Order: sequence, then structure tokens, then C-alpha cells
Amino acid sequence: MTERVPVRRTAKLFIGGEFPRSESGRSYEIFGEDGRVLAWAARASRKDLREAVRAARAAQPGWAAKTAYNRGQILYRVAELMEGRRAQFEAELADAGAADQAWGVNAAIDRWVWYAGWCDKVHQVLGATNPVAGPYFNFTIPEPTGMVGIVAPPDQPLLGLVSRLAPAIVSGNTAVVLASERAPLPAVSLAEVLATSDVPGGVVNVLTGFTKELVPWLAGHMDVNAIDVTGVPEDMRAEVESLSAENVKRVTRAKAADPFSPEAQSPYEITALMEFKTVWHPMGA
Amino acid sequence: MAKIERQEPQAPERREPVWEYATAPESTDIVRLEDRYGLFVGGEFVEPKSGRYFETINPATEETLAEVAEAGPEDVDLAVSAAREAHERRWRDLPGTERAKYLFRIARMLQERAREFAVLETMDGGKPIKESRDVDLPLAAAHFFYYAGWADKLEYAFPHRRPRPLGVAGQVIPWNFPLLMAAWKLAPALATGNAAVLKPAETTPLTALLLGQVIQEAELPPGVVNIVTGAGETGSNVVTHPDVNKVAFTGSTEVGKIIRRALAGTGKRLTLELGGKAANIVFEDAPLDQAVEGVVNGIFFNQGHVCCAGSRLLVQEPAFEPLLDKLKDRLQTLRVGNPLDKNTDIGAINSRQQLQKIEELVASGVEEGAEMYQPECVLPERGFWFRPTLFTNVSQSHRIAREEIFGPVLSILTFRTPAEAVEKANNTPYGLSAGVWTDKGSRILWMAERMKAGVVWANTFNRFDPTSPFGGYKESGFGREGGLHGLEPYLDFDGDSE
Repeated sequence: MTERVPVRRTAKLFIGGEFPRSESGRSYEIFGEDGRVLAWAARASRKDLREAVRAARAAQPGWAAKTAYNRGQILYRVAELMEGRRAQFEAELADAGAADQAWGVNAAIDRWVWYAGWCDKVHQVLGATNPVAGPYFNFTIPEPTGMVGIVAPPDQPLLGLVSRLAPAIVSGNTAVVLASERAPLPAVSLAEVLATSDVPGGVVNVLTGFTKELVPWLAGHMDVNAIDVTGVPEDMRAEVESLSAENVKRVTRAKAADPFSPEAQSPYEITALMEFKTVWHPMGA
Repeated sequence: MAKIERQEPQAPERREPVWEYATAPESTDIVRLEDRYGLFVGGEFVEPKSGRYFETINPATEETLAEVAEAGPEDVDLAVSAAREAHERRWRDLPGTERAKYLFRIARMLQERAREFAVLETMDGGKPIKESRDVDLPLAAAHFFYYAGWADKLEYAFPHRRPRPLGVAGQVIPWNFPLLMAAWKLAPALATGNAAVLKPAETTPLTALLLGQVIQEAELPPGVVNIVTGAGETGSNVVTHPDVNKVAFTGSTEVGKIIRRALAGTGKRLTLELGGKAANIVFEDAPLDQAVEGVVNGIFFNQGHVCCAGSRLLVQEPAFEPLLDKLKDRLQTLRVGNPLDKNTDIGAINSRQQLQKIEELVASGVEEGAEMYQPECVLPERGFWFRPTLFTNVSQSHRIAREEIFGPVLSILTFRTPAEAVEKANNTPYGLSAGVWTDKGSRILWMAERMKAGVVWANTFNRFDPTSPFGGYKESGFGREGGLHGLEPYLDFDGDSE
């Protein structure tokens, strides 16, 4: 009896709903905690990043135009499909050195469920009607800011990423994610889940590669409306914030350093990537 | 832009007879100007350590009104220290109910002295007295009154969060609504328990300094509000001061970006209320006479020195000619001149520098091939003036359609479908405000949903209210002022790691 040879996965980028390799042809080694080579991940280039931004921008109006109920169901389905692939996620977290991989996967799945439920509630809780002195119906509603760049935290490669990505896209933003450089495989697997869970292509784009190489291009890109700098190395924060000035990007970071803490999920993480729009509607018979 | 057949614009027919208006000047007796104003630091008016003063003039007459202290780095440092001390010893831990009473007091005192403030505002800034009297002053008082009521109710504003003040707020404000901007900055900062260092614009410092006197008389604990006058360098010293926790800036996008860069990596909280190039969109079903008033108010209010001014008029093609005729007619009746005259519609341009910027951009409009219309009117000999100006045959690539002019200059473009109007309205890096004029309520909401702008006015324009949040999308800045949402930029919350 010959032993069956398992089929290995190629870890690719996720751009516009497709899985290309880097246009640069580059890749880099991903090591497990034990020092073994787990895979070669694509090492995205500036050009890949620009393609990802373009895909995210193209997908944004359609994603935002879906009903809140519809977006909620789609994001709930992400949780459904993660549950079905939990063994894979657990194995990847174990490879990355997680202390309790089951806990990490549970929390990530539950985080999708929690945020999915906010799709059709955040406007009610954090919007307003304003009693202006005049014959106007005046209301303030949060709207997605547009296209968001997310630098995922290097540690907690699954829950850390989901905790930043879910609140960004709940409201109708689209995203370009720079995955954890050291442990990108859970992000690659999450991309495969997203690709099969009714999230339209381009809503989430996942790049693997060298954080320090890619972050400045993301921070300086004129068509990125906001950047989540949670995973930006400390010594690059000033540079990133400075680059963000070019088109007055919104800069946000996780309110809680630990994604397992109770503060790590919050509707205010959703509105941090939304714009409040106020409308003066005339009243009259 | 779609090429459309149209007649060459003609001067409107003069209606006979042309009535002359009698002058109706507001008296300036109510204002007691001092020769020299010090800095307001720690509850006292003090001479600047810098030893320097600058002149503030009346832009309608070019006469010097007073000398005003120029705060140097040492002065800013003293102001920030005074604010820090006041925050920690006299303000932060004061119960909200007590903080509120001081703000209510200030609101009441502004109402009591409204006339004096309005006249001084018009003298120092050049805006028509009817605007400072009917808009700036009532809104400034209302802003303090509104936020006063929040001081002891903050826990209700943010579900599941525990609000805390940030500390010392450094606030830099522009010259277009000098007192009102001071109110927009100070009222929410104080209501939330912060102390403030306010830097008024160098061309319009006087009403802020008079507000300092009111604050003194209101017996607000010393140092809770400090007012440091000066130009850009003073502002820079305020925002970059290491002991300032929060920076709020209203002004140009260019300076906003400089501040953003200067604060990179400092962890300071920042809100920016920057420039705009708002579209004011008139559909063919709009009540045209009402729309004409709205368009005029949208661009000529405060000489167009308004960040949210409706500086791009988008008109649906069938309405273009009738609207243009009515607009030209209306322009002919606008009264340009002495801002202290109660009949004046358009006052003085705020400064020579601003006048030059307007002239430069208007010249570019002519040079790039747009067609200019200005009504006949006699301008005073002294002072800074600019006629209300319309441009037709404007293309989206013209500078006058892209850049903020901040003057009484309207660029007119046309559109056919609502979708085209949305596309043109959003075709700008700015996103502060927008206007829609139509008889159809459903279309208002359809348009409002698609406009990338923080404020959308329907069948009105340039309307403000303390309860109504204001602020921009995209390069018009971030953060909101006014309303419940205007509290957030001045608060920290338990669980926030910053």
C-alpha cells in the first residue's frame, strides 16, 4: 500500500474575488513556531496593492447599496463557513504558535456573528434626529467612508484580523488588508472563506507580504479614504500618519490592544470608519 | 460638460425707475475700543512676553481699530500651563451641573451684549451688520446654550461608554465667522470638561477678546479659557505644544494638511474642518424664485467667505436660461458697500490678501474661457471690495470649478439627469456641503443619499443650528461640530487605549 501524497495549497493573494500570485513573481517563506517551513506566501508588490485598491474602489458602491439586512446575512454566512473549516483554522493557529487555537477560532467566528447583527442597527443607535429651530426635518446618519486600508495586527493573525475587518465592512466600506507578515496563512484561509460566502469580489482584498514595504504605499494612496494602523510597527506610525495627510485620510486603530478583551468589539469601531451626514429636509404643506 | 445651445448672456433690462436707497448706518457708539489688547491668559489680560503687537484694521475703511498682542512661544507656553492647571484643579472635577451654569451664563451675556458684539464683528471683519446681528450672534449664543445643557448629561450621549475629558484643547479658528467659530470650539470643549487655548485669526481678533471679557465677568474659573492672538506662527505653536491633548482646526485644506503632518505620531486627537467647493443643484421643477434666493444666499452670504458656500451652481438644462436671467436680475439689486449699513447685502472682503486671491482666481476663469458677469455697482474708494460675480460656460476642469475661491464668485454648470448631477457634484476632492432644489421630496432623499458631503441642504442653504452636526467628507476634514456628535472629539472613553 502506498501512502497517499497530500495535496498542498498555494498561498496566493486575494484581489477582486480572484486568487492571483504577485505580479512581481515574488514569494517568501512562512515558518511555523517550530521553525519548519509551512508554505511560501505571495509577496505582494506596490502594483498588487494598487490593483487591490482599484478592485476595492470598484466594489464599494455596490456593497454599500445592498440593504443592511442583506449585508448582515452575507456576513453571518462568513461565520457559517468558518465554522465548517474550523479544523483548518485551528491547525493554522497552532502552527503560528497560538496558546489556545480553539478559543481563537471560536472568538473569530463569534465576532463575525456579533458584527453581522450591527448592519441594521448602527444607524439607529448612533444616528440622530436634531431639533433645529426652523421648518426642517434634520437628521444625521452614518455612512461608510468608502475604501479602507487595514494593516492587520502581526499577532493574533486570525482574531486580530477579523476584529479589524468586520467592523470596517459591516457598514458598506470595502477593504484592502495587509495580513500579518509573520503568520499570514489564517488570512489566506479567511480569503478563501470570503470568496465562497456571497461577499462580492473586491469587497475584501487580502495581500500578504512585507508590511514595511507595503504600508507607505497604502498610507499615501490618494484613493484610500481611511487607514487602520493597528498593525503598523511603532517606528512607522509617524510616517504613516504624515503620508495620510495627503488626502486627509481618516486614521484609526484598535481601541483595545488585546482582541480578546471585551472592548475589542464595539459599534464605535464601526462608526470610526463612517462619516456622519446631516440632511436638512424642508417641511411644508 | 454637455455642449448646449444658448444665447449669449445679455445684461438684464433695467427696470425703470431705479430707486436710490437711503443709508441706514448702525451706530458704532456701542463699541468701546481699546487702543491695545493683551492676551487673555489665566483669567487676566496680560502683556505679551514677546513684546510684540500687530494692528487689526477695518477692511471696509482700512482704518486701524486697535493694536493686538502677538503671542510668542513663551506666551503660548504660559497659556497652555494655565489651561493645564485650570483643567486639573478647577474644571475637570467640577460637577457637570456646575460647569453647565457657567456656559449658560456666557450664553446669556452674549445675548445681553449682542448688539455690541455684532457691531464689533462687522467693524473688524467687514461682514454686513444684518448678518452679524441676525446670524453670527444668535447662533453663537445658542451654541453655548445648547452645549451648556450637555455638561451634566454626557453619560446619556454615548451608549455603553464612560466619557472623560481629554485635557487641554488647542483651537485655531478662521476669520470668516470669528465669534461664532470661537463658540463652536469653546462650548463643546468646556461642556465636556476640557480647558482651552484659543487662537483667533489675525485679521479678526477683537470679538474673541471681547468674549474673553465676558468670560472674565462670568467668573469662569481662571485658565479654563485662554485666548492667544497672533498669526500662523502662533497657531503653529499652539497645535504643536507638547502639553496640548487635542487640536481642533478650522481653516484651509492646505493648512489642515500641514497640521496633520505636524501632529503625526504625537497621539494628539485632531479634528479638521477644512475647505469646500459645494455644489448647489437646481432641478427644473424647483420653485425658481425661491431657488434664486437660495443660490444668492449660498454664494454671496458673508461675501462668499464660507467654507460650505455653494460655489458651484449645477442647473438642470431646461431651467438654465430662466434661472440665469433671474439671477442676473437679482444680482443687480444686491447692495455692495458699507457693512455697517443695515441694507447692505455684500460687505467688505476680509483682507487685502484675500482680495488678491479672489482676483487671481477670477482672472484665471476669464483666461480659461469662462464667461464672466458682474452687475453694475459703485464700490467705495477705500477698503477691500469685490463685485458679486457669475461665471457661465464653465467646464469642470477650470480652476474656478475646482478650487475654493472663498469669495463672492459663482461658477455655473449644467446637467441633464439626476445621476449626472450627482457625478458632477461629487467630482471634487472636497465634501463639506451640498444643496438640492426640487419640488420632489423623494428626489431630495435620493440625491442626499448619493452626495459625498457632510451636510446636505434641501430647498435651503447655509443654514446652521447648534443641534445639527457639521463637518466634512474627504479633504474637507474629519470630525463633527455641533449636535450630539460634536461632543465626541473632546472626549476620551474608558477602554480606549490612546
